[in-house]
Amino acid sequence: MSETAIEFKNVIKRYGDTAAVDGMSLSIQTGELVTFLGPSGCGKTTSLRLIAGLELPTEGQVLISGRDVSNDPASERNIGMVFQSYALFPHMNVLDNVAYGPVIRGDNKAKAKDKAMEILDQIGLGGLQDRLPSELSGGQQQRVAVARAIVQQPDVLLFDEPLSNVDAKLRRKVRAEIRDLQRRFGLTAVYVTHDQEEALAVSDRIVVMRDGQIAQIGTPEDLYDRPASSFVADFIGDANLIAGTVSGGTFRAGDIALPIGGAEGSATISIRPERIRLLPDGPARVVSATYLGSRTEYVIATASSELLVSRPISEPAFVAGASVSVEIDADDLTRLAPA
Amino acid sequence: MLASKQTNTRAGVIWLGILLAGVVALPWYRQNSLLEGPVSSALAEGLGGRVWLLPGVIIALVLATLALVRPNWRREPVSLVLVISGMAFLLVQGFSIGLRGPAFDAVGLLIPAAMDGQPGLGWGGFVTGIALLILLSELLAARGFCRGERFASGAVVVITALLALFVFFPIVTLGSSAFISPDGTLGLSQFADRVSAPELWRLNCLRGDGRCGVVINTVILGTLAATLSTLLGLALAMLVARTDFRFKRALRAISILPIITPPFVVGVAIIVLFGRTGILTQLGADVFDVRASRWVYGLPGILMAQVLAFAPITFLVLLGTLEAINPTLEEASKTLGARPMATFRTVTWPLLKPGLAAAFLLAFIESLADFGNPLVLGGGYEVLSTKIFFAVVGARYDLGNAATLAIILLSLTLIAFWLQVRWLGNKSYVTVTGKSDAGLAAPVPPMIKFAAIAVIVPWVAFTLGVYVIVVGGGFVHDIGRLDLTPTFAHLRTAFSFEIGAEGLRLYGSAWDSMITTLQVSAIAAPLTTAIGILTAWLVSRQDFAGKKAFEFGTMLSFAIPGTVVGVSYVAAFNVPPVDITGTMVILIICFMFRNMPVGMRAGMAALSQIDRSMEEASQTMGAGGFATLRNVVLPLIRPAIFTALVYSFVTAMTAVSAVIFLVSARHNMATAYIMGRVENGEYALAIAYSAVLMVVMITCVALIQFLVGRSQLGRRKQLQGSAIAAAAE
Repeated sequence: MSETAIEFKNVIKRYGDTAAVDGMSLSIQTGELVTFLGPSGCGKTTSLRLIAGLELPTEGQVLISGRDVSNDPASERNIGMVFQSYALFPHMNVLDNVAYGPVIRGDNKAKAKDKAMEILDQIGLGGLQDRLPSELSGGQQQRVAVARAIVQQPDVLLFDEPLSNVDAKLRRKVRAEIRDLQRRFGLTAVYVTHDQEEALAVSDRIVVMRDGQIAQIGTPEDLYDRPASSFVADFIGDANLIAGTVSGGTFRAGDIALPIGGAEGSATISIRPERIRLLPDGPARVVSATYLGSRTEYVIATASSELLVSRPISEPAFVAGASVSVEIDADDLTRLAPA
Repeated sequence: MLASKQTNTRAGVIWLGILLAGVVALPWYRQNSLLEGPVSSALAEGLGGRVWLLPGVIIALVLATLALVRPNWRREPVSLVLVISGMAFLLVQGFSIGLRGPAFDAVGLLIPAAMDGQPGLGWGGFVTGIALLILLSELLAARGFCRGERFASGAVVVITALLALFVFFPIVTLGSSAFISPDGTLGLSQFADRVSAPELWRLNCLRGDGRCGVVINTVILGTLAATLSTLLGLALAMLVARTDFRFKRALRAISILPIITPPFVVGVAIIVLFGRTGILTQLGADVFDVRASRWVYGLPGILMAQVLAFAPITFLVLLGTLEAINPTLEEASKTLGARPMATFRTVTWPLLKPGLAAAFLLAFIESLADFGNPLVLGGGYEVLSTKIFFAVVGARYDLGNAATLAIILLSLTLIAFWLQVRWLGNKSYVTVTGKSDAGLAAPVPPMIKFAAIAVIVPWVAFTLGVYVIVVGGGFVHDIGRLDLTPTFAHLRTAFSFEIGAEGLRLYGSAWDSMITTLQVSAIAAPLTTAIGILTAWLVSRQDFAGKKAFEFGTMLSFAIPGTVVGVSYVAAFNVPPVDITGTMVILIICFMFRNMPVGMRAGMAALSQIDRSMEEASQTMGAGGFATLRNVVLPLIRPAIFTALVYSFVTAMTAVSAVIFLVSARHNMATAYIMGRVENGEYALAIAYSAVLMVVMITCVALIQFLVGRSQLGRRKQLQGSAIAAAAE
C-alpha cells in the first residue's frame, strides 16, 4: 500500500519569466487521495497537468510508478482525468465516450464496449449508454466523465475542480461518490480544488500551495489544527492570527497572556474561532453578533485586538455591545513559523 | 502503456528505414537529359564518382546502426547531432553544386567531379529530406518539444520546412536576383539604377503632360479603386444592416458573384459594353452622337472592373463592423436627445472608422495584386503586376528587372499590411462584450439611405449588364458586334467531343486546360485545406518554441501578391536542387501556400469555439495528436473544413496572377487559356469558356457540400445545443 505512485523531484514549470510551479518536490502513495488546494494562480492546476502530461516540466522530474515520464506526452502515460467541464465528446454517445480510451489503446470494438458497459453498470449509468451527452443531466454527465477516466484502470486518477459545475446542493453527494469510488477501485487520485471545505472532506492528505510552492502538506486534521504558517491558517478555515512576543514560556500580546513552548522572541499564533469561549462580563466587548443558523459569529474587541469567535447556537447568545470575557485553552493555540 | 512505448520506437525505426531507402535504394536525382543512363541511388552515384553524396549516406548508416544498438537512441544527443548534420549535408551539397557545376570555384578545386554538375533532386533526395525532418521532430518530441506530442512536433517541423522552402526561399532568391547580375557579380549600382528609373516614378500625368511612372500608376489605381469600393461597400452594408431595404437578399447574392467569376471575363464584358465598338458606345454614338473612343482602356476601365470585384470584399468587412456596433450606444445617444443625423455623425460614424480603414487597405492590397484586369483593360496604362509579367514573359526576359519591380510591389503591399495591423492594433473599438446587448440597431437616417440607394442602383445595373454578357455572350454569334444569332459554335470550338468506336475522343481546344485545371484544383483543394486546418490547430492549440515566427511565416504567404509569388517561383525552382518548374507539382504547391491562410482562418475561428479540454481528455485516454485530431477535432469543425475546401477549390479554378508564370505547354490552366483567347481578341470563345467554368465550379461546390457538409450539418445544431446545455449545468 505504501508504494510511491507519483513523485515530483524539484519540478519547475515556467511560462516566459513567471514560474507557475517553482521547485516542487512531493511524493504520493498508491491508493491515496491527495488534494492540491490553494487560491487561484497558486499553481495547483499546473501541477495536476504536469502529472497528466498536458504540460511538461521546464526543470526537474515527474515520476509515475517509478518511471521518469518528464518528457512523455499525456497519451503515453496511464492516467485518467476528469475535467472541470467534463469534456465529453458531444458527437459520441455515452458508450462511445467511455469506450474511446480502450479503442484507442488497441482493444477491438466489442471488447472495448464490454469494458465500457461494465463500468457504466458499476457506476449506476446502465441503460443510458445510447444517449448523447447533451441528453444527460449535469450529475450524469459528471459520472460519465468519471467512468471514462477509470475504464482503463489508470495508474492515477486526476480531478480538475470536478465539482465546480455541480449544483451546490448536489456537491456533498457527488464528492462522497467520488471518495467512495476511489476507495472501491483502490485508485490513486489527485484532486484540485480551491474550496477548502471540499478539500477537508475528500482528502487523505492535502497539499496547500501558494505562488507555485508548497506551503504545507498534511492530513486535513494536521492542516486545521496545526497550520505551519499564517497563510495556511488563514486559508483553511477561519483563524485569529495574533502577533506578539514570547518570553519566559509565555506569549504576550496586549492584554493576552498564554503559556507557550518554543523559542523566545517575536511570534505569531493562530487560534480557531470555535476554540475561543465567551463568558458573561469582562474587559472585552461584543462589536457585532451575526446569526448564521447553526452558530453565531461574534467580533470581540479586546484591549489589543479584535477576535473572530464562533459559538454553537445551543449556548446563550450575547448582543452587540455586551461586555464579555474571553477564555482560550493553551492547547488550542498554534505557534506559526515566522513568515 | 508498454504497447504505446513500443509503437513509439517502431515509428522512429520505420522512418529510419525510409531514410535508408532514400539514400541506398531510390533514385537520388530527377531524370534529366544531362545524365547518361538511368539515375541510381545516392550510394551508387557516390561510389560512381559523385563523392560529395557519400557523407549523407554514411550519416544515415551510422544513425541506423545507433538505433539498433541503443534502444533509447531517441534521447541520445548524438542522434540529434547526426540528424542535423544530415540536413546540413543535404542543403550544402544541393546548393553548392548546381546543374552546370559548382556554385563556388573552391568546390570545383576540392572535388573535381563536381565540375560536371548535378541535376535536381529526385525521389531519393526528397524522401531523404522528409525522413530527416520527421526524425528531427521525433527526437525533438523525445526532448519535450510540443509537450512531447510526436504528431504535433512532426507537423510543426514539416510545415516550417515547407514554409521555408516554398515561401521564404523563393522570396530570398528573388531578392538576390535583383541584386546579382546574370554573370554572378553583385550589382548594387544596377539595382539602384533600376529602382530609381524615371519610368517607375515619373509624375508627368499629374502635371498633365504625358504618362506617369508605373509605381505612381499603381498607387493611383490602388487609391482610387480602394476609395470607390469602400464607398460602395459602405452603401451596401448600410442598406443590408441598417435599413428595411427590400432587396437585401438579392444584394448579398450579387455580391458573391465576383468570387466565382474567372478573371478577364469581366474585363472582356466591359470592353464589349464600352469599347470603341462596344454596345453602349454604339448606342451613345447613335443616340447622343458621342464620338466613339478608346477611353475605357486604361485607368477608367481597370477601375470599373476592380470596383466591381472588390466592393463585395469591403461590403463583408463593413457589414461585420456595422453588426458589431453595440446598439445600446446609439440608443444612449438618442435618449440624450440627439437627432438621427447627429447620432449617426457622432456615434455610428466614429465607430465605423476602423472598419473603413480595414476595408480600404484590403481593397488597396487587392488592387496592387490584381493582374487580370490591368492586362485586359490596361491599354497604355501600366501597373506593377503587368510590368513584372512582361519583364519575364516574352522576348525581353529580364529576371533582374522583374525581381526589382516585384520587390517594390511587395514593399507597397507590406506597408499597407503594416498600416492595417497598426491601425487596428492600436485602437480598440470593441463594443461587443460578453454581456447580452438588448436593443435594436438604429436605422440610418433617411437621407443616408437614399444616398446609399442612389449609389447602389447604378452598380446593380452595371453588374447585371456585365453578367448578362458573361452568361449570354458565349452563346451568340458575335456579342461584340451585337450579332445575337444564337450559336453553339464557340462552345464547339472549345469543347467538342465524339463518342465513337475508340471510346471518348475530345477534340475541343479547351479540353486540355480544363482537365488540368480540374485535376490541379481537385488535388490542391484538399491539400490546401489540410495544411490550413493543421496549421490552425498548431497555432491555436500547441505551444512550441518559435511559434510567433511560425505565425508570421503563414501570414507572409498571404501578403505576397500573386505576381510576385509567380516570379519568385520561377527564380527559385527552375534550377536544382529543387527543379520543379514545368510540372503539375509546382502548380499545386503554389495554390497550397497561396490559399492556406484562408483555411487557417476558418479553422482558427472554429477552434476558438471548441473547448480545448475535449482534446486534452482524448490525450489522457491515450490518443496521440493525430488520433485526437481525427476523432475529436475534425468532426467538430466540419463547417470550417467545408469553407476551406470550397474556397481553395474555387480560387484554384480562377486564380491567374501567380499561375500565369508557372503554366507550361503540358500543364496549361483554364485561366491561362482564356488569357490567350483574350489576347487574340477571341472574346466570344473566352466568354463561352468562362461561362462553362462557372457552371463547373458551381457544380463542384454543390458536390463538395453534398460530400462533406451535409452528413453532419443537421447534427451540428444539436451539438451547439448540447454545448449550451453543458455550459448551463
